[in-house]
Amino acid sequence: MTIKWTVAVPEQNTDVIPGTLDMLILKTLSLAPLHGFGIGRRVEQISRGVFRVNPGSLLVALQRLERSGWLDAEWRDTENGRRARFYSLTRAGRRQLDAETADWERRVAAIGRVLRAEA
Amino acid sequence: MSILRQIQRGVSALLFPARADADVDSELTHFAEQRAREIACTGTPYDEAVRQARLEMGNVTVAREAVRASGWEHGLDLLLGDVRYAMRRLRREPGFTVVAALTLALGIGAATAIFSAVNPILFRALPYPGADRIVTISERTTSGSALDPAYGTYEELLSRARTLEAISVTDGWAPSLTGTNEPERLDGRRVSASFFRTIGVLPAVGRSFDASEDVPGAAKVAIVSDRLLQRRFGGDAAIVGRTVSLDGEPYLVVGVMPTGFVDVTAPSVDVWSPLRAQPRADPNSREWGHHYRIVARLAPGTDVRGAARELATIAANPVAEFPRVPWASLQQGVLVRGLQDDITASARPALLAIVAAAAVLLLMACVNVTNLLLARSGRRRSEFGVRAALGAGGGRLVRQLLTESVLLALLGGVLAFVIANAGVGALIALAPPGLPRVDAIRVDATAFAFALAVTTVVGVVVGLLPAFAASRADVRADMQTGSRTVARRSAARGVLVVTEVALALVLLVGAGLLLRSLDRLFAVSPGIQPAHVLTMQVVNPDRAASPEASDRARQLFFERVVDAARTVPGVTEAALTSQLPLSGDLDAYGYAIESRPDQKPGENGAALRYAVTPGYFRSMGIQLVRGRLLDATDRAEAAPSFVISETLARVLDGDPLGQHLRFGPDVDGSRPWGTVVGVVRDVKQSSLADQDIPAFYVPMAQWRWVDPMQSLVVRTDGDAAALTTAVKRAVWGVDRNKPITRVATMEELMARTAAQRRFASVIYETFAIAALLLAAVGLYGVISGRVAERTREIGIRTALGATRGEIVSGVLRNGLALTAAGVIIGAASAVATTRLLETLLYGITRADPVTYASVIALLAGVAALACWAPARRAAGIDPVITLRAE
Repeated sequence: MTIKWTVAVPEQNTDVIPGTLDMLILKTLSLAPLHGFGIGRRVEQISRGVFRVNPGSLLVALQRLERSGWLDAEWRDTENGRRARFYSLTRAGRRQLDAETADWERRVAAIGRVLRAEA
Repeated sequence: MSILRQIQRGVSALLFPARADADVDSELTHFAEQRAREIACTGTPYDEAVRQARLEMGNVTVAREAVRASGWEHGLDLLLGDVRYAMRRLRREPGFTVVAALTLALGIGAATAIFSAVNPILFRALPYPGADRIVTISERTTSGSALDPAYGTYEELLSRARTLEAISVTDGWAPSLTGTNEPERLDGRRVSASFFRTIGVLPAVGRSFDASEDVPGAAKVAIVSDRLLQRRFGGDAAIVGRTVSLDGEPYLVVGVMPTGFVDVTAPSVDVWSPLRAQPRADPNSREWGHHYRIVARLAPGTDVRGAARELATIAANPVAEFPRVPWASLQQGVLVRGLQDDITASARPALLAIVAAAAVLLLMACVNVTNLLLARSGRRRSEFGVRAALGAGGGRLVRQLLTESVLLALLGGVLAFVIANAGVGALIALAPPGLPRVDAIRVDATAFAFALAVTTVVGVVVGLLPAFAASRADVRADMQTGSRTVARRSAARGVLVVTEVALALVLLVGAGLLLRSLDRLFAVSPGIQPAHVLTMQVVNPDRAASPEASDRARQLFFERVVDAARTVPGVTEAALTSQLPLSGDLDAYGYAIESRPDQKPGENGAALRYAVTPGYFRSMGIQLVRGRLLDATDRAEAAPSFVISETLARVLDGDPLGQHLRFGPDVDGSRPWGTVVGVVRDVKQSSLADQDIPAFYVPMAQWRWVDPMQSLVVRTDGDAAALTTAVKRAVWGVDRNKPITRVATMEELMARTAAQRRFASVIYETFAIAALLLAAVGLYGVISGRVAERTREIGIRTALGATRGEIVSGVLRNGLALTAAGVIIGAASAVATTRLLETLLYGITRADPVTYASVIALLAGVAALACWAPARRAAGIDPVITLRAE
């Protein structure tokens, strides 16, 4: 006899859709420079908890974007006196964000059309 | 911008890995702290919040690794690690590394050197524009071989052939250059005015010959090589327009050939002059002799076969406009050959044979490396099992092994480059005289790359086997010492060793056949006694007012030369001859026999002509068989006398002595018959391997002319070469303006006729020894491996009472069984493949049983030696230790 503690609804998938993490980071940073933890938190908040970013993948993505010249990074003190690495969008990053957003919207619209198609 | 950033970040991560890691770590720490703070806000105690945050974040090391692995520098870092590890492995197995690298180096080096030498000779286009359209045309003999054509034939083809865009004819010429420092005999060529246009290379300075300069009596002009310009005229192109003295006559220099230009049909030629031949000459003239060379360029739209077809039609249909002579009637047709085929025809068999030998050696190198790597992969299975168990992916293991193989190939490649360079140098030094295109031989980068690629691919593929096995197989089974796959691998190695033994035997048989041929060749009697004989060519090109006056002056000069040479201390006899045996001279004439009046002249074939002074037979050591030798009584005014060779004597019916003959230009009957007064032994003229051909000796004074170029033959009572300077000085004492060339002892000339066989033989011996070593190494490796695998079994046998002798003979039997299998396969392949060597053999067939028996004995002996050490080791196995170890 075991007692089930968990609710019998399927667990929600909180993984970021593959290939969209870069775009989410760029968009988040287009509002204001942030450190890594802040970026993750902001994505989670704005998506209302639908997406949760794993710190490992986030750091890998940040390193890649920084090396591609889309982000600048700089060590700064946070409001509570800790040192953190703050990332900000470069001009190339903004162009990249525009391109990725346009591409994303084009594809989402297409998927929508396919899904709405009558049999 | 971003590329710069990529490089800068990557390099700094490579140089300061600790700083890069620290950056990642502090970011991760920052994450954890922030998260802990959030959790603490909900009322959880701070310590508990930190713990929860850590749990949520997962493995920090994995995250750090992920960040580290995302940059390009990570690949480089891994590669460097692989290289360091591979170097450590190779250093730890010095035996394997040295043998494998040397094997690779030997195979690649030898293949590169041989191919580098052979490629320009046989395959690379000649250095003329459109060289593949240049052909040579010769007369065909009854046996199908090529005969130098006559000038009359050229005249006919020039007028009748339509498939030739240009046609030219050349003739030998050896003018003496005087008037500058020392008199020098040059190699020259008399050419038709069309020659340079035909081969497509014109003088770099000045001009080519004009047709008006190529007629009898035209002003004498010459073109010189850049080589001669540098050597004799200080490299000053102002020589064009000046005159030089050739054979005592002024020649106007009209051009200088480009630097590096070589007439491939006669590579040593330094000066060219128009032929100025007599058109439609009478049959007794020089123009109808077989001593010209025709070079032509095919017309557009025709190939060699098309031209051959047209010329065959012309040969078969004589026209009245071009009367032919009986000895140049073109009855057997003409031979049209590509220029490259023609000049390489004589060297081709030897070169193809050594190319085959190099290919066999390269193959053996591949087999041996495969064998070594297989043995090694067996030793490394447990290592790879462990690494796979610790989490190394298949890709990682493959990369590691790839690095090792490539490193080994690089090591072998560097050594191979050294060997190839030395080998090419040695080949050029060894090259037999007359090998065409030696000047074009360089280390061939393509050949080197090809050989390196072949061995590397083999090494890499075989080297990867353990990685695939490790990623597939059950790790635990591999980590235990007893493994069943050992037997399969051992069988594979057995097959490889049998292959090696077979290949080695093929090379050994080739080397053995060539060595025995050389032996047989030098056992042939040349018909002379070559020891203590010094020879040199003396030239008197002077011309007087009339041909008779020239002959008288030459006769006087040459008689004084013989007298002067006789006075040199140490000289026991001296004489002159118009042609020297084994020197490359070939001078033969048709003859008529008085007792066969119905026979046309030339129908008997030709006989070699030796116009000699009386002491010639004693100088050369030619033995009298019957009658008498020529002597001082055979003067110009005495009755004409001949001494003939045994072969010619056999042609005559009955007693040769006293029979009447006529030779050469005398066949037409304008002079009285000559009488045979003696018969001497046959003398080899062009090569020791030749059949004997008829020959006659005529007193120099009784021949129709006095040859301007004669060979002085001096017999000495000691070292012949030591008298060179003294004899030269004696000749120059008669006239210091006469060039002396071609100084050689008869022994040197004899050795030279076998040079091509010796060349092939030296290469085969070298390769065969290398192959024997490789086979021995392979055999040793396999047998040691088997002994090591069977340690336990041998221990048990010993414990059960097997004697040392039984153990040793068991191991030896094992090795010799492999050898025997290799020998059988090798002997069968050798019988098939030595066909390549056929033309180089002399006095033996390619199935020569003595050769086979001796090389098989040698191979078996070496194989037994290679198995001896592992057999001894097996006999020394202590059953107690072996069994306890299991």
